[in-house]
Amino acid sequence: MPILEGKGVTKYFGGLAAVSNVDFTVEQGEALGLIGPNGAGKTTLFDLISAALVPKSGTIRFKGEDITGLKPYKICRMGVARTFQMVKVFADMPVLNNVALGSYFGTSPGMSSTDAVREATELLKFVGLSEVKATPAKDLTLANQKRLEVARALATKPELLLLDEMMAGLNPAELAQAMELITRIRDKGITIFMIEHVMKAIMSVCDRIIVLHHGQKIAQGTPQEITTSKTVIKVYLGEKAHAGS
Amino acid sequence: MDIVRVISKRSFVLGLLLLILILLATSPLYAPRYTVILLTSIFMYIIITVSWTMFSGPTGYISLAPAAFFGVGIYTSAILGRALPLPLVIGIGGLAGFCLALLVGALTLRLRGIYFVMFTFGLVELLLHFVLWWEVNITGTTGRVVPSVDNTTVYYLMLIIFAILMLTAYLIKRSKLGLALQSIGQEEDAAAHTGVNVTMVKVMTFAISAFFMGTAGAIMATRWTYIDPRIAFNPLLSFMPVLMAIFGGMGQLYGPVIGAAIFTYLEEFLITRFPYYYMLIFGIIMVLAIVYLPDGLVGLIQKLWKRISERKYAYT
Repeated sequence: MPILEGKGVTKYFGGLAAVSNVDFTVEQGEALGLIGPNGAGKTTLFDLISAALVPKSGTIRFKGEDITGLKPYKICRMGVARTFQMVKVFADMPVLNNVALGSYFGTSPGMSSTDAVREATELLKFVGLSEVKATPAKDLTLANQKRLEVARALATKPELLLLDEMMAGLNPAELAQAMELITRIRDKGITIFMIEHVMKAIMSVCDRIIVLHHGQKIAQGTPQEITTSKTVIKVYLGEKAHAGS
Repeated sequence: MDIVRVISKRSFVLGLLLLILILLATSPLYAPRYTVILLTSIFMYIIITVSWTMFSGPTGYISLAPAAFFGVGIYTSAILGRALPLPLVIGIGGLAGFCLALLVGALTLRLRGIYFVMFTFGLVELLLHFVLWWEVNITGTTGRVVPSVDNTTVYYLMLIIFAILMLTAYLIKRSKLGLALQSIGQEEDAAAHTGVNVTMVKVMTFAISAFFMGTAGAIMATRWTYIDPRIAFNPLLSFMPVLMAIFGGMGQLYGPVIGAAIFTYLEEFLITRFPYYYMLIFGIIMVLAIVYLPDGLVGLIQKLWKRISERKYAYT
């Protein structure tokens, strides 16, 4: 049974179909990539899964259970955590408290404050932010804020982690660190579903890739299949006839 | 060394708090009657301001509804004052505020920013005119007489509510509920996706803060003895806690306390010394405070404290 399954998921913004009739499955333990040109509906799909938005039609199942239309906090407590394309850290709170919030309110609520702080400290070590744990989150670099979001999401102890453009805007050194971090998260047994524009990262990290275009799923397969797919090349680079004229 | 300093600082603060509490509790025995009455109204403003800050401080949802919850407490006292013993009346006044806030909160806390501010202010006007209409058309009166209670009792009741409120505010601030409130104020969507039931947290805290405003209203009504809808639902009482909290500073628990205390005393002082110009002077002080003390008195105290402790270290 797939850990996450979407059937006919559809969302309109006014007359525009942001996501239209998309079917997808995420298998337990895999790293699945989601790519597509700007405005393809990738983040909208994540918003639908994490319940920031409610789909117009279609169902989303997590571990076989229908989660369509639940509240965001419920989805999180069931074991689906996410990060944001535009980082949303708690700017004035110390880094440690940003993460501790996840421990307090995630999949295992009722945690004592010593346990939550200990767990948050461990996670900060895991993502490499131990040095700055007392700093207000707004004073971190973008790369570190993104890592902080990952730590906060991990603190909720998810089974499925949705990463929304974690690599965007990072320099090559930070990129390598981020890719290594994703591998380590997988080693913990957490399933990963990630949106990414950095092809190098997505090709090396993901087992499978889904391609969205104008809200529709146009291709899916292994990284090799995707790089050689005619439809995908057409969407990204345009047709030859047009390119020549 | 550091641990010793932390422990001694904590016991020092605790001792100081105890001393202040004892002084306040015994003050009716030796202080002049005027002082006790002044302290009562200072406590009233402190209670409203601290409970306002409890919700609006961390979340940034500026509520202009305090007058509504306070007024509900006043009317509870006016309606039940003769029939029931006073502590019970105060409890019911608080509960009435609590329930009203639950209802209003569930309806409106999905509103953000200016829409929430406008709605809460509208609530005060709505209740004012509803009660006015009710009294004129149904009961056929405009005002009501509240059975009066002696000043010392009123003072002690306010002191007890004040102590309970401070304890509650302290516990909330330190608990995970306090952390959740802060996270809502900074990035509400992220809080929701991190497992915080944001609606529940907001509505419950809003209701707890309204409980204390209701109790303050129920107690204060016994001192005012005559009330009518315009006295009970006075919009000024919605603005005062906001000003007092800004003046005191919302970063620390004691900020709204000293803000409300100094503000109330200042108002009393100016109104007796400069009855014609007091509003003008008051306004000037307020403007100066906002321009030069963006973090309120707390910010000023912390800045001075930092300077003093730095100097101390410089000599060692």
